[in-house]
Amino acid sequence: MQTVLPYLLSGISVGGQYALIAIGYTMVYGILRLINFAHGDVFMVAGLVMVYLSASLPIYVVIPLVLAITVTIGFIIERAAYSPLRSAPRMSIMISAIGVSYLLQNLALYITGGMNQMYPNIPFFTESVSIFGATTKRVTLVTPILTVVLVVVLVWLIKNTKIGMAMRSVATDYETSQLMGIKINSVISFTFIIGSFLAAVASLLYFSNYTTVIPTSGAMPGLKAFVAAVFGGIGSIPGAVIGAFTIGICENLIKGLDSILIQTGIIQQGLGLTTFSDAFTFALLIVILVVKPTGIFGEKVTDKV
Amino acid sequence: MKKVLALLLSSTLMLALLAGCGGGQTPPPATTDPNAKVVHIGVFEPSTGDSGAGGKQETLGIQYANSLTPTVDIGGESYKVELVYADNGSSTDKAPTAAQQLVSKGVSVVLGSYGSGVSMAGSDIFKNAGIAAIGISCTNPQVTQGNTHYFRICFLDPFQGTVQAKFATEKFQAKKAYCLAELGNDYDVGLVNYFTDAFQKLGGTVTSETFPSGTSDFTSYITNAKNAGADVIFAPCSISYATQIIDQAAAQGLAKPIMAGDTWDSNKVVEAAKGKAVQIYVSTFYQEGGNPEFDSGFKTFLNSNSTNLNNNGGNDMISAVSAMGYDAYYVALEAIKAAGSTDSKAINDAIWKVSYPGVTGQIAFDTVNGDAVRKTAYIKTVNTETGVWDFEKEQSVD
Repeated sequence: MQTVLPYLLSGISVGGQYALIAIGYTMVYGILRLINFAHGDVFMVAGLVMVYLSASLPIYVVIPLVLAITVTIGFIIERAAYSPLRSAPRMSIMISAIGVSYLLQNLALYITGGMNQMYPNIPFFTESVSIFGATTKRVTLVTPILTVVLVVVLVWLIKNTKIGMAMRSVATDYETSQLMGIKINSVISFTFIIGSFLAAVASLLYFSNYTTVIPTSGAMPGLKAFVAAVFGGIGSIPGAVIGAFTIGICENLIKGLDSILIQTGIIQQGLGLTTFSDAFTFALLIVILVVKPTGIFGEKVTDKV
Repeated sequence: MKKVLALLLSSTLMLALLAGCGGGQTPPPATTDPNAKVVHIGVFEPSTGDSGAGGKQETLGIQYANSLTPTVDIGGESYKVELVYADNGSSTDKAPTAAQQLVSKGVSVVLGSYGSGVSMAGSDIFKNAGIAAIGISCTNPQVTQGNTHYFRICFLDPFQGTVQAKFATEKFQAKKAYCLAELGNDYDVGLVNYFTDAFQKLGGTVTSETFPSGTSDFTSYITNAKNAGADVIFAPCSISYATQIIDQAAAQGLAKPIMAGDTWDSNKVVEAAKGKAVQIYVSTFYQEGGNPEFDSGFKTFLNSNSTNLNNNGGNDMISAVSAMGYDAYYVALEAIKAAGSTDSKAINDAIWKVSYPGVTGQIAFDTVNGDAVRKTAYIKTVNTETGVWDFEKEQSVD
């Protein structure tokens, strides 16, 4: 246990951050059938906003501001790049999403000048704590708890509120909901607002742990969160969360596999397995798609004749 | 109405983008006087990507030298030296394009690059065009091996790896080392190999691991280092990763010294380590204070212009690569003077014989590969209380 614990801890923490990003992917997909490739970059932009704002404002003002600004950016992206394409073929919206992703990355590159930016310290979060002999930042422990709380709130919101009901109905049948008088545009905007909010929270947690923000910071976490969403069954929120934790934990266990095996005396020399941590994530994606194309919790699509 | 609004929003986005382009880092304006004689020097450096920060600092050294000595005498005539910039994006697939840009702009000689991988990727383009290149801080042996057009003014990785291994055993009596490199990065992997060789010869054992590009979670690697019982960590990776490693090592209470090569000699590293419980040792080309005249002049140059200051990472700390860039520019001028022409072939032949007393030491080239003959490296350590580099010692190998 002592050998595996530090890896499990990082795995759970990373998993929680992937989960928050993955929910953004999965919700937008559930409603618009769109894979929002710009989502990972919204996450990165939230990190940069934090860096620049905290240079001049105290931290307790900055955090709500970051959340608000990120939500606004998510809303504007939807209105500017996706909503004009509502009746266009789905492929066009996806290309538009890729365009937004590169736009954000290059804007960030221009503003930061390609230099890595140090993320500010959030008191309490970034202090070191020690549990069962493993030392880590407090944010590592906060992340999974906060993730679970946010997910419970979100699921409650979708099940029990009027807007949640509207979201479910739009996800089930787009045109019929419109006929029933649901304001599709505001439902979609609301979805993007929630997605961006969670991305902003994820960025607070993620960058408190890994304190460097670069313009491509969003790419890898975004991609892995996407894999997590597909793994869990895209469109399903619990699926995304479980997928994210699975990927986070597996990834970190593989990084530590050599060390664990040596310590337990199974092997004498390192096998260089560490190198395959990323390869594993994407191999998993392929296996899932081959074996169960809808993911763990994915709904089976019945084609109507 | 909706369409109009959408159109308005998207055009605002576009405008914001275009407005962004306006205030960019424009290179100095080209000479307008058609009669002025000009010699072009190519600056082959990354200003974006993982090594963007280092590339900019190196470029600053070149720019400073250019601002002090903007002309060169060729055969009794004064030529204006014009710098031509190309961003190789820290990536081996963009480097050939950047090199091609320099070639098509007709540069006489090339300076750069920061990073060995990109230098090698651009090498053939310069070779085919018959243009000589002077590497500034690319330390991988393969850059100059087997060719006559690539030179370098810095020491090499086998030397640097040996220096670090020797330092680790002498200073920390290290028996076990943990090495971490980015997968597929020629510089990291090469340096780790040389370190491993030298360290094993001194009787130590090494555990080596690599991480994929784009990694930001190093916690598991640090746990691996702890589990391996390492006395020192050797992690000569790009600065983007360096800052993460430092921060996470501190958070996990890794009390072992972290050592790295010349890439870590950056104020970003100091910034990340300030106020944290970490020990960092790097080997490098120049230590601030080595040449007070250069130091004060360069600081004035940095502070004279907010773009310069920004490119240096927001403060006026002197990075060794800036001093190297400064020296490289003068080496190039010496070669141009000796060649007595702006012809790139003549300059290439002249570089072999250049001997120049630079701020980083005497620079002369060996006759085999065109590598600088250097015997010592400076070891620096971060003072985590004050947030500056402290000089540790001059380490030489026999």
